[in-house]
Amino acid sequence: MIFLRLTVIAAATLAAPLACAQSTGKLKVGLMLPATGTFAALGTAIDNGFRLYVAEQGGKLGGREVEYVRVDDESDPAKATDNINKLIKRDNVDVVVGSVHSGVAMAMAKVAKDTGTLLIVPNAGADAVTGPMCAPNIFRSSFSNWQPGYAMGEAMAKKGHRKVVTITWKYAAGDEMVRGFREAFTKAGGAVVKELNLPFPNVEFQALLTDIAATRPDAVFAFFAGGGAVKFVKDYAAAGLRSGIPLYGTGFLTDGTLEAQAADAEGLLTTLHYADSLNTPRDNAFRLAYAKAYKLQPDVYAVQGYDAAQMLAIGLAAVKGDVGKKAEFAAALRKARIDSPRGAFTVSASHNPVQDIYLRQVVGKQNQVVGVASAALADPGRGCRM
Amino acid sequence: MDFATFLIQCLNALQYGLLLFLVASGLTLIFGIMGVINLAHGSFYMIGAYMAYALAPIVASTFGGGFFATLAFGLVIAVILGYVLEWAFFSFLYEREHLQQVLMTYGLILVFEELRSLLVGDDVHGVAPPAILSGSLPLGELMTYPVYRLFISAVCLLLALGMYFVFTRTRLGMMIRAGSTNREMVQSLGVDIKFLYRVVFAAGVAIAVFAGMVAAPVSSVYPGMGSSVLIICFVVVVIGGIGSIRGALAAALLIGVVDTFGKVLLPQAAGVLVYVLMALILLWKPDGLFKAG
Repeated sequence: MIFLRLTVIAAATLAAPLACAQSTGKLKVGLMLPATGTFAALGTAIDNGFRLYVAEQGGKLGGREVEYVRVDDESDPAKATDNINKLIKRDNVDVVVGSVHSGVAMAMAKVAKDTGTLLIVPNAGADAVTGPMCAPNIFRSSFSNWQPGYAMGEAMAKKGHRKVVTITWKYAAGDEMVRGFREAFTKAGGAVVKELNLPFPNVEFQALLTDIAATRPDAVFAFFAGGGAVKFVKDYAAAGLRSGIPLYGTGFLTDGTLEAQAADAEGLLTTLHYADSLNTPRDNAFRLAYAKAYKLQPDVYAVQGYDAAQMLAIGLAAVKGDVGKKAEFAAALRKARIDSPRGAFTVSASHNPVQDIYLRQVVGKQNQVVGVASAALADPGRGCRM
Repeated sequence: MDFATFLIQCLNALQYGLLLFLVASGLTLIFGIMGVINLAHGSFYMIGAYMAYALAPIVASTFGGGFFATLAFGLVIAVILGYVLEWAFFSFLYEREHLQQVLMTYGLILVFEELRSLLVGDDVHGVAPPAILSGSLPLGELMTYPVYRLFISAVCLLLALGMYFVFTRTRLGMMIRAGSTNREMVQSLGVDIKFLYRVVFAAGVAIAVFAGMVAAPVSSVYPGMGSSVLIICFVVVVIGGIGSIRGALAAALLIGVVDTFGKVLLPQAAGVLVYVLMALILLWKPDGLFKAG
């Protein structure tokens, strides 16, 4: 009896590593997301969204049961290369999903490009990930920084503004959004009369607000996020500028910050690929399922995590679970329409979503849809050669 | 830049400088006078801001509330916190090397950040200024200036005067200054130096917490806010001259001017101007503007 039990255990332990090596065994998904620090909540939302879709498919993608390996990337670009290498070499994951921070995602894209590991980026908007860094095995389920900026350029030109001041932190995300904005806005005949910026993460805006008042533009385009967004919107209102110079921004200015901004954000117009009140059957079903599963309201990050799982499912279905067939995997995604809660989107030649960017307005504690600022907007994917 | 705009920018510079002094003054006390490198200073500031947010509803339900009641309540907690921390950790550090002080206070940063995350979460919060100070004054044709910012400036000036008075004109200040120069000698003269330092440390923590609470309506409350003020606080103390309250005030105002006008006139270099200023001043006066003693 004891002998028999030992044999069973021995057989089981021997069989386990064998099963991993086969493409019909468990599918190992490496979730490299922030679990601590400023972006922890975003990492959790992405993780939740991803798992929700997999659970809806009965825990299987492409016929293979999904197993998760989670790494906390701490939003630290310096540790990113080590972290993703651990997932790929030590844990032998089939696909990596991550991350929130653009600097981390850039390091991940570099490793994914070199090793050929499948990578799906569920947030980081750095243009380069689907630009110069693009590769057949790298995909993004969120947005490029260029997209919401460009959409706001079109929207503000349509509002009749001609002279605009831009203000942002001097770092990659801010620069890229302002660049997208300027491209669309000047194309429509407007002029950016001044580009203000301050070093990240400095939040002493008073000098620049005085400068805006002295310049007297028709409107202001701003990119800030998190604590900086709260302070900027409050300072802008406190300086009395709201009544004279309307403020616009990309969605990050008012996403996840409305409770703190309170009345000062009321009525602000922003652009993003998701909103709180889409009220489509697809979004309603998603929001209900998410709320039931996690006792939380979903946000844009949860949607991006959910769609990362959808994209993986579509690709895996086409190759019957064999992640080695990268060309077929990519070809299937290029042809697919991803039925996202944000509205269906397709995947561009450089593997970034081609999606509607909404114009949203802050009403109460919600970013409500006003309309579509730019329909089926595709990132130009500059510098991408595949 | 026309003359009116120039005047408004001067006001901005003055106001930012005074705010910097408020934040850095606790560090002047602990690092400048007691000689302990306290990296956790930013954490005390962060604790203050979070107290302004989290204590307000509790104070409102027990004492009837109000911003100033919360402020008073927070100060009491801060003094107790400072007193206990000094007894449990910092009292072992006076005779140690700076590296060990850095190591322990860095550890405290991690502990406080994690506690903050567990207790209050990682969301960004706003704190409303008290109703009587929530108005704005018109300034030029387009701008208005929040009354609360002027209130902060007034508080900073009062604090600066108060600290200066205590240190230069009272017996307590004399003992503290003597203790910072020669601990043993002061002790042998019959002063309970251990207790005295505990009080000074508690005061330093209380001022940092107070700064956080007063600044919360202007800065809002967010994770990692402590580390963003820490470096600029050290710059203020180093430029001003270690141990000098007068110096810290002068340095804070100088930084306010350089930062405000730098952002407008030299935006490409705005990030480094303050540090260039520090380097130049240290080249000119290696001990800072007003070296104490």
